[in-house]
Amino acid sequence: MEWITLTIDGRTVTVPKGTTVLEACRMNEIPIPTLCHDPELSSYGSCRLCIVEIEGMRNLPPSCVTQATQGMVVRTQTTKVRDSRKTILELLVANHPLDCMTCQKMGDCDLAKYAYEYRVTGELFKGGERRHLPLDDSNPFILRDANKCILCGKCVRACEEVQGRSVLDFSFRGFHAQVGPAFNLPYSESECVFCGSCVSVCPVGALTEKKMVGQGRPWEVEKVQTTCPFCGTGCNFDLNVKDGKVIGVTSNPEAPVNGKALCVKGRFGMDLIHNSERLTTPLIKKDGEFVEATWDEAMDLVAQKLGEVKQEHGADAISVLSSARCTNEENFLMQKLARAVIGTNNIDHCART
Amino acid sequence: MTFGSGAMTNSINEIPDSKVLFIIGSNPTEAHPIIGTKMKQAVARGAKVVAVDPRRTEMADVADVWLRLRPGTDIALINGIMNIILANGWEDKKFIAERTEGFDQLRAQVAKFPPEVVSKITGVPVDQLIEAARIYATAESAQIFYTLGITEHIYGTDNVMILADLSMLTGNVGKENSGVNPLRGQNNVQGACDMGALPDVLPGYQKVTSPTARAKFEAAWDVPIKSESGLMLPDMIEAAFDHEVRAMYIMGEDPVLTDADANHVREALETLDFLVVQNIFLSETAKLADVVLPAGSFAEKDGTFTNTERRVQRVNKAIEPIGQARADWQIICDLATRMGYPFAYASPADVMQEIASLTPQYAGITFERLGRKGLQWPVPDAEHPGTKFLHEGKFARGKGLFMAIEYQVPDEPPDEEYPLLLSTGRRLSHYNISTRYSEALDSYAPEELAELNPEDAERLGIKDGERVKVASRRGALETKVRITDRVLPGMLWMSFHYKESPANVLTNAASDKVTKTYEYKVCGVKVSKVI
Amino acid sequence: MKTLLDPCCDRCTHTPETPCRDYVRCLTEGPICHDDPACKAEKQRLLKEIKPNEENQQIFVCTGTGCASCGAHNIVDSLNEEINHQGLANTVNVVPTGCHGFCEQGPTLIIEPRQILYTLVKPDDVAEIVQKEFVEGERVERLLYVDPLTNQPATTFANANFFAKQTRVVLNNCGFINPEKIEDYIARDGYKGLTNALQKMTPVEVIDEVKKSGLRGRGGAGFPTGLKWSFCRQAIGDKKYIICNADEGDPGAFMDRGVLEGDPHAVIEGMLIGAYAIGADEGYVYCRAEYPLAIKHLEIAIRQAEEVGLLGDNILNSGFNFHLFIRAGAGAFVCGEETALIASIEGKRGMPKVRPPFPAQSGLWGKPTNNNNVETWANVPHILRNGADRYAQFGTEKSKGTKIFALTGKVNNTGLAEVPMGMTLRDIIFDIGGGIQNGKKFKAVQIGGPSGGCLPDEMLDLQVDYDTLTKAGAMVGSGGLVIMDETTCMVDIARFFLNFSQSESCGKCTPCREGTKRMWEILDRITKGEGKEEDLDNLEHLAVVVKETSLCGLGQNAPNPVLSALKYFRPEFEAHIRDKNCPAHVCSALMTYSIDPDKCKKCGLCAKSCPSGCISGDKKTPYQIDVAACIKCGTCADVCKFGAVIRA
Repeated sequence: MEWITLTIDGRTVTVPKGTTVLEACRMNEIPIPTLCHDPELSSYGSCRLCIVEIEGMRNLPPSCVTQATQGMVVRTQTTKVRDSRKTILELLVANHPLDCMTCQKMGDCDLAKYAYEYRVTGELFKGGERRHLPLDDSNPFILRDANKCILCGKCVRACEEVQGRSVLDFSFRGFHAQVGPAFNLPYSESECVFCGSCVSVCPVGALTEKKMVGQGRPWEVEKVQTTCPFCGTGCNFDLNVKDGKVIGVTSNPEAPVNGKALCVKGRFGMDLIHNSERLTTPLIKKDGEFVEATWDEAMDLVAQKLGEVKQEHGADAISVLSSARCTNEENFLMQKLARAVIGTNNIDHCART
Repeated sequence: MTFGSGAMTNSINEIPDSKVLFIIGSNPTEAHPIIGTKMKQAVARGAKVVAVDPRRTEMADVADVWLRLRPGTDIALINGIMNIILANGWEDKKFIAERTEGFDQLRAQVAKFPPEVVSKITGVPVDQLIEAARIYATAESAQIFYTLGITEHIYGTDNVMILADLSMLTGNVGKENSGVNPLRGQNNVQGACDMGALPDVLPGYQKVTSPTARAKFEAAWDVPIKSESGLMLPDMIEAAFDHEVRAMYIMGEDPVLTDADANHVREALETLDFLVVQNIFLSETAKLADVVLPAGSFAEKDGTFTNTERRVQRVNKAIEPIGQARADWQIICDLATRMGYPFAYASPADVMQEIASLTPQYAGITFERLGRKGLQWPVPDAEHPGTKFLHEGKFARGKGLFMAIEYQVPDEPPDEEYPLLLSTGRRLSHYNISTRYSEALDSYAPEELAELNPEDAERLGIKDGERVKVASRRGALETKVRITDRVLPGMLWMSFHYKESPANVLTNAASDKVTKTYEYKVCGVKVSKVI
Repeated sequence: MKTLLDPCCDRCTHTPETPCRDYVRCLTEGPICHDDPACKAEKQRLLKEIKPNEENQQIFVCTGTGCASCGAHNIVDSLNEEINHQGLANTVNVVPTGCHGFCEQGPTLIIEPRQILYTLVKPDDVAEIVQKEFVEGERVERLLYVDPLTNQPATTFANANFFAKQTRVVLNNCGFINPEKIEDYIARDGYKGLTNALQKMTPVEVIDEVKKSGLRGRGGAGFPTGLKWSFCRQAIGDKKYIICNADEGDPGAFMDRGVLEGDPHAVIEGMLIGAYAIGADEGYVYCRAEYPLAIKHLEIAIRQAEEVGLLGDNILNSGFNFHLFIRAGAGAFVCGEETALIASIEGKRGMPKVRPPFPAQSGLWGKPTNNNNVETWANVPHILRNGADRYAQFGTEKSKGTKIFALTGKVNNTGLAEVPMGMTLRDIIFDIGGGIQNGKKFKAVQIGGPSGGCLPDEMLDLQVDYDTLTKAGAMVGSGGLVIMDETTCMVDIARFFLNFSQSESCGKCTPCREGTKRMWEILDRITKGEGKEEDLDNLEHLAVVVKETSLCGLGQNAPNPVLSALKYFRPEFEAHIRDKNCPAHVCSALMTYSIDPDKCKKCGLCAKSCPSGCISGDKKTPYQIDVAACIKCGTCADVCKFGAVIRA
């Protein structure tokens, strides 16, 4: 690998050739604000927050799309740079609802994070026009508030580049530019399949998981990485847990198979965990009706009945059906139960569906 | 079988860099959506796609060639493609000579399938067959993907073997972006097989008939192990029917809804002396049980799943079990103990230690090593980094064996009485039957919409969105229909997610001779409007 | 009837399938492959039919978009009718042409070889023109152009200042050939530049010649064309494209339309030469759909070039292949930006992409692509026909050649004018443009469109070239010159251009999308008398941020009209803010309206038209405006026929 050396804020750093200035900064823990950048997506260079000063270059180049070159001299924190970033943030805030207190994204909003860091006041362009677009509440999964959209284009790219669907794109021009499905139809009337990749990349509260609204703030939520229980792809994601309850699913960018991508089932189907029809107690059928039982009653009965059948008809009169939905450990134990405890090879599962 | 092991030969993340995708009997954008997205990424990067499916799937739409074959004619089609490859000299002679055996038999068999004959059988035009053969055979690398459209036939095993033949004929196996990849259906069907939840093999596909294998487990478990294979699921059902099996213990499955000829399954289970069902919901099967044990969901326990690319990944406990429910592994341990053989595992990690000690593919796996990224088996020892793709340089069985495969017809093709061909599959918004319990998903896709071709709809006087009665020799149901040219004329397609329209009361329980997989993909039905 | 394009005899074997390398030269100097006086004579005769001379007089009627909209086609028809009627069809030919450039005076026609220019011609004038010119051998004096500066009628078109001060290189054919006939173009040495390139030069030599000519991009940025070509030539790729940017979008600019309508083959020949030099075999002309005539002429030209084998495979038996296609743009200004233009050709939303990678590395469909605008391509044939040295004799040291400007606004001679680089603004506006309309005072010239700047009268002696203008805060841009007089408010103009840039912003990058909006709001406030003292500093600060941080040229240059106006006309802004006064009497909110009782004829039209009903009066008492209720819309002043409404 070829390496190059450049100077960032007076520090000499060495990075592989082909690295962008932004990546070079981040590798060296030099903070650069970004709203439209995502390592899983193509470089877009639209939010312009990552601008820096580079000797010999005119204007303020965006670091996310500028290749680091040998001997380059970069400054990331000059007054001019910080001042321009602040102005850009003021521009975004001037066209963004300030209902942060009730916004689902509070505490996890990149715009709020940078606005705070750069001491944005919201005063500079106060009184100017703002968008007033209708809320898209048309479907059970995704809540879309176009008024909060900062047009970073991440959702557009996630839909096109990761999902290969291109449901979302920009429409209209200038101040009236907006992002949405064709003809700005509600999601439910578009070709959207509700994978939620757009939600997973949205840096603000424009796209949120509908079922999680009001369920918990980021700092109250524990995230537990796990593997999806549906198809055989093996996607990983984070279960969001608050007060012992799973309130939803968020992408885990470290997921080895799927990255941030998920499908509608994995992202939005986990409310089945707390479905009111869940079995919560052992049941024993008496006179054709199920009666609630203790574990001891139920387990003793099972042990006794299986023992009787084994004694009367032999071990092979018992069959065990294990499950492709259960864990490896459980399947291992189940076949061990069949073979070592009951004494039969009558063990199978729905391997073929 | 042909190569000597049954798993996806390549990795999911190789897909975006594929040059050619040969997708047969598989609808990845709905059944394996994330794999589907990777395939679309490959297309965006210039990969060529050959799609083989009677139904117009999304991949068929983006394919360079879509072979819309008649359902159940896969063997003739692949034989025909191999015929074309040999006729044009597109085969990989070096690969055949060095790494395979049985080529002469294959050549003789394939000679019986000239393109014109195959075109007649399959309904696919000759020029499309040639184009598909050219794309697959002349690519720098090419991957085959198949799912249940291949296996859910009475000759499913033959279907799989002939795909292996095709890959070996062109040398498209045993390297990056080249291989034969079954996309396994359920989250841990790979793991359940790996773990020996099968009547003929112990964990790690060690045959129960093998004395050395048995000896190893007998030593570890300190009990004798039966040397004959046990019953497969369809045989269990028959044995229950015949009172040969008296008791069943069913964990986490709902055969009444998911197995073919559901009415027959229900009857068999009702015949049992004793039925225990362990599940998280009161499933259709659980309703028949004598004892129902409430299990914890995946969020309520630790453990591992193995995905279709052989990646063993952690499942981590996020919440305590609901109510008095308990994790499946704890229930099994309790039962074993009560039956006089204490299972004294402190945690699933403990169980994995025993798995690793007895299963060569899992030998190097510990929970700690799996971490956040998992490991792809085989992992033969504690230092091994896992295996991205199989059969590099050498097949599991040594040389790859060509199998000459004869064309066969489905067990129950449509006839005068049942003139439509029913095929079943999955939809994007549901997974088997469990996702119906997600309020969000269920409100989005609340009911079955069986797909019917406009030609048939017109003949039967059925309009889009109307309710119809569908009947087969085994049962009947009602469902709404969607009129669409996604299906061929003469064909009806349904999912099996909805207990209100349980497609498996219709399906045929005839099964593959080796794997006993039901022929879910073909049976005869008749459709009439509900008035 | 035989045309110049037909083979002279059986010995000619040229077809697109069996091309002859000498085809172009053969048509004008041939035959080359055999020596037959009869064939030669025939060719000369056909050539003579095309070029005007005493036996074959020609009337070139401008049928460009401007003149056509004033009825030029009726004039063509009337002329033909009258000429037939008079039995002159054998000696007089009517040729519909592209734009003469003299749009203010349209419809115009030129009679050759006598160089007579008639302006503001109506169908009713036709009989008189034919009678006098071709029967009596006299002039129709009243239709001659009278120069506003000298007040003298121009006896020939070359005598009119408008034409006399121009140097027409690119526009050489415009107005003097039928753009629907390839033989007209060939008769005037068309495709000889291509022939030179293919027969005598390697691609690298072609690029060197273009480099030597000093030609720079005429689309606005002024990047050296030869250098640009060499980047694309050096790029690695199995396929390369070239593009002609004909998405002319600046308000008041129509140079490219003039060239495409009047001389489409010049663009095609330029692209052929460029494609050969770069190694491209496919090209696109991206033309805005609002130019239907340009597209039509281009379509005809492409078809004709294909029919004679000047487009297609193995052109002139050189082994060089080139295919050319047209893509119509849907009218987005930002599609003039080359990465947005490429996206649009690919069928995507026209949004600019970050560079690098530059199109020369990864352009259309990811392949190396070279894009130049119409005027740049149309310069190329001249360079290859006559050599770089002759081309470079025009212009300044760093800006070679000529530039076409579109004169619009409050200037007498609205139209197209081509001048050598380095001419002063004063010469262009006052000599060629004929000065300011109605004897008003010059105030400013907006040059370079929404990306350019407003220059005041003290800058009139500035030489027009890339570097001088950029230094002055404007830019050559594509060549639009909007001339403003003393009745123009510079705050209002800045607001107008910002509104244009804001409406045409693609919305991709924050500063352009949001910043131009807030700049517009500040300016709007100022024009309404709601400006605050700190507004100008905020405006300037925001303008600099937008300029320095925007993604593409649209955003980076959108603040130019504001910054230049602030630089040269700051007191006018301050008057709006501090004195609540619009010195040019444009900003209606800052004006008070009253009615002069002496001038008021008591017709009541103002009261009837007043939307707020604040004007009272009757047949006996002069009308009066209730100032408190007046919304300052200005309708009363517009409708008053007697000038009785006073704005102040």
